[in-house]
Amino acid sequence: MKEIVVISGKGGTGKTSLVASLAALAERPVLADCDVDAADLHLVLEPEIKHSAEFSGGKTASIQTEKCISCGKCFQLCRFGAVSKDESRQPVYTIEATACEGCGVCSYFCPENAIDFKSSVNGRWFISDTRYGPMVHAKLGIAEENSGKMVSLVRSQAKIIAEKEKLDYILVDGPPGIGCPVIASVTGADAVLVVTEPTVSGQHDLERVVELVRHFKIPAYLCINKFDLNLETSINIEKKAMANGVRLAGRIRYDRSVTFAQVKKLPVVVAIANSPAAQDIRATWDNIMKIINNEECR
Amino acid sequence: MALNLTIAVASGKGGTGKTTVSANLACAAIEAGHNAAYLDCDVEEPNGHLFLKPRISHIYPVGIPVPVVNEEKCTKCGACGEICQYSAIVKISKTVLTFDNMCHGCGGCSLVCPAGAITEKERPIGVIEEGDAGGVSFIHGRLNIGEAMSPPLIKAVRKAGLHGNLTIVDVPPGTSCPVIAAVRGVDYVLLVTEPTPFGLNDLGLALDMLRELGIPGAVVINRSDPEYNHLAHDFCRERGVQILAEIPDERRVAEAYSVGELAYYAVPGYRKIMQQLLTSVEREAIG
Ligand code: SF4
Ligand code: SF4
Ligand code: SF4
Ligand code: SF4
Repeated sequence: MKEIVVISGKGGTGKTSLVASLAALAERPVLADCDVDAADLHLVLEPEIKHSAEFSGGKTASIQTEKCISCGKCFQLCRFGAVSKDESRQPVYTIEATACEGCGVCSYFCPENAIDFKSSVNGRWFISDTRYGPMVHAKLGIAEENSGKMVSLVRSQAKIIAEKEKLDYILVDGPPGIGCPVIASVTGADAVLVVTEPTVSGQHDLERVVELVRHFKIPAYLCINKFDLNLETSINIEKKAMANGVRLAGRIRYDRSVTFAQVKKLPVVVAIANSPAAQDIRATWDNIMKIINNEECR
Repeated sequence: MALNLTIAVASGKGGTGKTTVSANLACAAIEAGHNAAYLDCDVEEPNGHLFLKPRISHIYPVGIPVPVVNEEKCTKCGACGEICQYSAIVKISKTVLTFDNMCHGCGGCSLVCPAGAITEKERPIGVIEEGDAGGVSFIHGRLNIGEAMSPPLIKAVRKAGLHGNLTIVDVPPGTSCPVIAAVRGVDYVLLVTEPTPFGLNDLGLALDMLRELGIPGAVVINRSDPEYNHLAHDFCRERGVQILAEIPDERRVAEAYSVGELAYYAVPGYRKIMQQLLTSVEREAIG
């Protein structure tokens, strides 16, 4: 079983569209949407939910006003600015749930035991069926935290399914950036496919992602989306990536069929199978297969 | 009345043009005679500097406080491990172990330690760079590679930018903790979207988040496209949110972007859109 994580550093490089197409090309993969705070893969794969459960990643504090004596201890101790003070008459203290980091310090030191400190529901996660294979996905609650923990949960569930059903590939749609949810998405993966585009931002963000995957010693491959928009930058990006031990897996041409397919809720390789983007994505997938199954590429 | 506004530019989905809008809006603000500041809170992948090209004059590290245990004073009571919610400090048989990269810096362990054995030191998570970009006060944060904890750095960027009478905050993508750290307490939020199903789905999530935080905002449609614009218009009508600007999908804008040029100066017509956007934002945010 191989787990391939698709990330992008910079968002909006076409990562999710690519994953949707790879889902159609791979033979019955397990799909995992780890872009949990802006999940889009379900819009194309239209999963049929088979199982759903609450996700709780941490705790949140809240003040029981009737017990509170307005001593201000919680306000003074909270380092995350989550306790606010309203001085209209006698000071009233409240905890803003969206700012609470769940450290428990206020509740521990409240002299009146007036602060509840309970597990909070941060979202839901799902196991679904799609046309192309089983899918694990999640929805982080509004303004919730713990996306890293949620990512780890989605990945571990996908792994369990792949093992149970003896499926060869797990395709992970990863989050943008290089922070907590990205680290949770890539650690221990078999391969990371980095999708970028030929712009100065794309190049800059790629450099940081490449440093990240090197930091965690994960084999990484590059895919340049819309590579023909700026050939010079594309070539620069490829050179830099190779110098850093990242192999080129594919180049995808700029193609309006990709947006068309998204509106039609289909992977582009299915919507317009002979479009330039579809051809290039197919070539990219063949390449990835060769590389990760240890054959000579090119 | 002297203007004093903080505007965040956010989006939910990445790559919709937040940085383009915020950097160009900063140019419009300077031209309008404001004392403008640009804060790049996308500390995982900061990009604003590629366009604004600031002269950096001040660099300093940002860290979070993590515990240091004085083994001689420690009585191995285990209280520190009990209060820590993140398993960042644990007592095992005859010693106390700390895991700095899991520590959120809440200070619970040092407060609870009965022996006064815990002091704190700063663990660096990134740097802040400040400078000037053609009259715009420029501030951004850069998260260290391999670092998971971005919100403290984002908060530090916000704090560093407390001067200037028009502050523009470039927000990271998504809707979770880093985004909340970047938008908390701003006066108004511009949500940049593309008229595509992915763009609008994520716009919906971003709108939910603003509602939850109680911050007013409006939408900017970037790369507006005659073929798919109706999707965005229908969506915004349904959600009862105003569209303050539509930026057409022009090849010249994309080209300027791809080489790190500010469309404000490079593309005729873009300046006007940004000036109008600035006026609308001021009207909406103050009114
Ligand atoms: S510490 Fe407890 S009693 Fe004191 S203000 Fe906070 S909630 Fe109220
Ligand atoms: S649990 Fe921690 S973060 Fe939350 S309000 Fe209490 S002290 Fe603040
Ligand atoms: S400061 Fe807070 S998070 Fe860090 S080790 Fe101490 S109790 Fe744990
Ligand atoms: S609370 Fe203080 S004395 Fe107790 S184990 Fe921790 S460091 Fe040692």
